[in-house]
Amino acid sequence: MSVNLLLTQIVNGLGIGMIYFMIAIGLSIIFGIMHFINIAHGAFYLVGAYLCYALVSATGNFWLALALAPLAVGVVAWLAEPGVRRLYDLPASLQILATLGLALVIQEAVILIFDPLGKNVAAPAGLRGAAFFGSFVYPKYRLFVIVFTAAVAAVLWFLLERTRYGAVLRAGTESMQTVELLGIDISRIFSLTFAVGAALTALSGVLAAPIRGVEPFMGVEALSIAFVIVVIGGIGSFTGALAGGLLIGVVQSVMTTFWAAGANIMIYVAMALIILVRPHGLLGRA
Amino acid sequence: MMLTIDGLNAYYGKSHVLQGVSLTVDEGEIVCLLGRNGAGKTTTLKSIVGAVPTRTGRISFGDRRIETLRTYEIARLGVALVPEQRGIFGLLTVEENLAIAARTASQWNLAAIYRMFPRLEERRRNRGTALSGGEQQMLAIARALIGGPRLLLLDEPTEGLAPVIVEELMTIVGEVRRAGVSVLLVEQNLKFCEALADRHYILDQGSIVFTSDRAGFVSAHAERERYLAVAAY
Ligand SMILES: Nc1ncnc2c1ncn2[C@@H]1O[C@H](COP(=O)(O)OP(=O)(O)O)[C@@H](O)[C@H]1O
Ligand SMILES: [Mg+2]
Repeated sequence: MSVNLLLTQIVNGLGIGMIYFMIAIGLSIIFGIMHFINIAHGAFYLVGAYLCYALVSATGNFWLALALAPLAVGVVAWLAEPGVRRLYDLPASLQILATLGLALVIQEAVILIFDPLGKNVAAPAGLRGAAFFGSFVYPKYRLFVIVFTAAVAAVLWFLLERTRYGAVLRAGTESMQTVELLGIDISRIFSLTFAVGAALTALSGVLAAPIRGVEPFMGVEALSIAFVIVVIGGIGSFTGALAGGLLIGVVQSVMTTFWAAGANIMIYVAMALIILVRPHGLLGRA
Repeated sequence: MMLTIDGLNAYYGKSHVLQGVSLTVDEGEIVCLLGRNGAGKTTTLKSIVGAVPTRTGRISFGDRRIETLRTYEIARLGVALVPEQRGIFGLLTVEENLAIAARTASQWNLAAIYRMFPRLEERRRNRGTALSGGEQQMLAIARALIGGPRLLLLDEPTEGLAPVIVEELMTIVGEVRRAGVSVLLVEQNLKFCEALADRHYILDQGSIVFTSDRAGFVSAHAERERYLAVAAY
């Protein structure tokens, strides 16, 4: 295998890894704050991707999808959160059952509205084709995804680490009860967090659509990878989710060239190795 | 009256922990609530801020009934609980712990808090997990004050602290009172209580069994023996 091919696979892995990171960070914070296991989290990704497909088919404008799909999913999630809240105090098994049901309903709805077949989504006009860096050639759209997701990650980092809302969120992963004692209305924090997590995941779906197309089962796949990343990175950890996402993205991408059939198995092998060495994840705490 | 509790009952599932507790705290008063381990002192403080699963009875703050309000609403009215475990966020820096609690209406801003707790300023960039027990207690109180309370509920603030730190804490609680904030203090340390409190209540098995002013408490040998002997040291 040539150095260029390896490099291409690594850079591919970084882009996919950033998309995984954005799916996982929402799951991680929602779990960390609300102790809520949301099996329907992958549905945000699925819906984001299909909204992208529908909007691009209808208008030909990818940028419209990039702006509207996360906004729409975020608003719906924000409105739905007070209803979802009833699940937070239930045992994990019931949370899993209820949200698994919801995930299946959304998946079947997608199949009904569209059909079970995969579809391609065209990259936006300005980002088709390849960029040349000496002998290294790389698809422009994938390059855009890396730059764009890096910018989103930077904004997210600033929000979490440098604002009062972020400090409240980090505090909330330790004890919501104590946060409330300080006069902070946690139900508003719950709604906002759920909405932001959903919007980020929908945004991942939009970004992924021109790379991998859309199909009704992409939500389930994204969910399991996001869970792996949360386990690897540690619950509620931004840097953990980032490191975990990139690691999984690169492992999966590079393995595709060595042993395509085993690429997905390697994700779980990586997870098993990491939790053997660090039971609370790369950057997690007890 | 700043705080009036009237016939408070509290439950954890089927266990009936507080059985008709009544007590008051006046403006600018320091009131001490004593009693053995398991008497229900922590539950009383948590009931005031609505942080127990079930409670009945009347709780008034000023002339407002607060027993139906949510915890954050009670906190915003000016009731700050410093919990027994201190509740410091270990992932947040000292300054972040303060920042999330700060309210503009408070008579203490960050600068005033750092004047009162110079050690916290030195450690402002350290995470909560890096603090000693004494520093955590100071931060917990500082964090309550920066939210602008009119009533401070302290749950065993001296627990596990070195004598010099306890002295420091005493000065701080005195300063808080001079600033016009009332204090309901739960303590096992009798000397600490005697030095600070205007009035005392003793709680036993979920009921108030004794109440007295400062002088009455010193001479209440029989009650101290009977209700506090195990805890007194
Ligand atoms: N979360 C809880 N669940 C069930 N029982 C509890 C809980 N917290 C306290 N109790 C019980 O309630 C009683 C009073 O406890 P507490 O208010 O913590 O006492 P104190 O602070 O005076 O030591 C004790 O018998 C204790 O075992
Ligand atoms: Mg207690």
